[in-house]
Amino acid sequence: MAQTAVVERTPRTESVVSPAATISGGSRITFDNVSVAYGALTVLESLNLTVNPGEIVALIGPSGSGKTTALRAVAGFVRPSAGRILIGDRDVTYLAPYDRQIGMVVQNYALFPHMRVEENVAFGLRAHGAGEEVIRNRVPECLAIVGMSAYAKRYPRELSGGQQQRVAIARALAPKPQVLLLDEPLSALDAQIRRSMLDELAKLHRDLPNLTVLYVTHDQSEALTLANHIGIMRDGRLKAFGESQSLFRHPPNRFAAEFLGRANLLPVTDLRPDGGQMARVRFGQAMLSARNHHGIPADKECLLCIRPHDFRFSRAAEEPNSISGTVLSVQWQGDVQNITLNIGGEEARMTSAPMANPPRIGETIAVHFNPAEVTLVPEDAGRG
Amino acid sequence: MADTALTAAPAQRPNIDGLWVVPPLLVLAVLFFYPLGLIVRASFGEDAPSLATFEQVLTSSRFLDGLYHTVVIAVSATAGCIVLGFVLSLVIAFVPFPGAKLAGRLIDTVIALPTFLVTLAFTFIYGSAGLLNETLMHVFSLDLPPIDFLYSQWGVILAETTVYTPFVMRPLLATFATFDQAQIEVASSLGARPLRIIRQILLPASLPALVAGGSLCLLLTVNEFGIVLFIGAKDVITLPLLIYSKAIQEFDYTTACVIAVVNVALSLGLYSLYRLAIAHFGGRRAGLV
Repeated sequence: MAQTAVVERTPRTESVVSPAATISGGSRITFDNVSVAYGALTVLESLNLTVNPGEIVALIGPSGSGKTTALRAVAGFVRPSAGRILIGDRDVTYLAPYDRQIGMVVQNYALFPHMRVEENVAFGLRAHGAGEEVIRNRVPECLAIVGMSAYAKRYPRELSGGQQQRVAIARALAPKPQVLLLDEPLSALDAQIRRSMLDELAKLHRDLPNLTVLYVTHDQSEALTLANHIGIMRDGRLKAFGESQSLFRHPPNRFAAEFLGRANLLPVTDLRPDGGQMARVRFGQAMLSARNHHGIPADKECLLCIRPHDFRFSRAAEEPNSISGTVLSVQWQGDVQNITLNIGGEEARMTSAPMANPPRIGETIAVHFNPAEVTLVPEDAGRG
Repeated sequence: MADTALTAAPAQRPNIDGLWVVPPLLVLAVLFFYPLGLIVRASFGEDAPSLATFEQVLTSSRFLDGLYHTVVIAVSATAGCIVLGFVLSLVIAFVPFPGAKLAGRLIDTVIALPTFLVTLAFTFIYGSAGLLNETLMHVFSLDLPPIDFLYSQWGVILAETTVYTPFVMRPLLATFATFDQAQIEVASSLGARPLRIIRQILLPASLPALVAGGSLCLLLTVNEFGIVLFIGAKDVITLPLLIYSKAIQEFDYTTACVIAVVNVALSLGLYSLYRLAIAHFGGRRAGLV
């Protein structure tokens, strides 16, 4: 299903036209130094971000971080106090929402309760002036994409939450937008349906590779599963942005490391280059090796960022990159074992496969890590 | 003996809960049903009960004229209330302007005012010697007042529309206050312009409140007496005014009672429609209960 056209605006036409006719420069979303303020309160500050055509970019962050404001600014529901927003090459900063040619899915689905499923899906097509024949063809097509063909005649109140969200997605896709905005689309669903919807969204994007998606969520697992790039926001600012795996592996600051994957951050000193991107640092009495991905200079304070699953049990304390810690807690969670350690006065979490004889609370154990898998993070860059 | 005492059924207290219905029924009987009964009885004539007066009154041109004006004024004023109430509620609920909340609260104040007050105000503004006519006469050097609609059926309709519009706005504002704004935003993102959103999203959502508020307006305007009397429109007589005229001015109580019975039947019919409308659309959703 190529996502290559929007319905033309001329009423009673049976054809669709290429969006290239209306959106030049493809479906790229560009935030050009965008700020949003309500009176004296700035909720989004100087956001510079590009979502390339066909990409999924997830904005994550705690409540009040400005991620939803950024999405609403693209949709046209929030007017920037400074900067520009472009869709393709078109400056849409002051364009009305109905002229932006976007699709949007929100947390509570917002289906029109007095319309049947098929009427909900046809709404955008009618609003764009599509003819009846286009609607007759396109509505079943969209319902088939989300697996809701059998529910066309139902009212939203007769559907489950997951089904309603599928209809909301079909409705957003019907006018063939090149940009899809997803505002916490899975938050209202229970965990099991959320996982299944996540798989379906990933499949949807594989089927519609030209669709540019801006995805706002507070759930890092959704972002990591779906997004090509992730932006981490805090207090109205973009604190980190990068390719998903790279951002997870090499967070550029403390906040990114803590928010995305809840990394262990151990304060280290005495940073010395060790060839290539590697460096040696001191943690207590131990000298440890780690990747200095961000090229932190030797005189700067930094943190050793170790993901819980990067810790391994050491057979001997002399093993390279080995550190000792006291077991504070052990939690079995089915397929994983969570262990909390006190390492040199710092609390650290590690996960492992379930063990028949896990370490006991109070026991001192040695753990090590692969230096290529852990990274150094500048200490001060992420504060404040 | 002790066992017997333990197993003996306790003496049952008489259930007097049902008796609570008696006081309100008594009040209703004395204040409502008895006078209504007297009116119904009087409508059948003073001597042997007969439908002769009914036949005579119901076919008279004065009654038919009164019925016609009552229905036309009530339906027109209700339509005006629905249109005006819908537009004003949309503005108050969805157009951000300073004082929107205050305007919403003022609606309740208008409901609390006596109906003749608006009519009096209209006389000052649109009356022959009112502000508007005086200004126009002065500006255009006219000898006669150019605006002359107040003392007609249109004046009554305008006054009733003004007085009863808040009865439509109150449930509408309650509906809009709980309306999911995301529906408007999503509709807009799908390419719908404001008029389409009003027509296809907001109007269907507000239909229960519109029907309930409109039914209430119809009920109230059918029985409106003060505004019609106060305006004193020429050749405009409604059923309540006809009852007043027959009973107080002509002392023809039998005819007055016949018209009153018809008016009561009309009101009860409309009230039944109002209750049916609320039950059908759900009073809770319409913000009425």
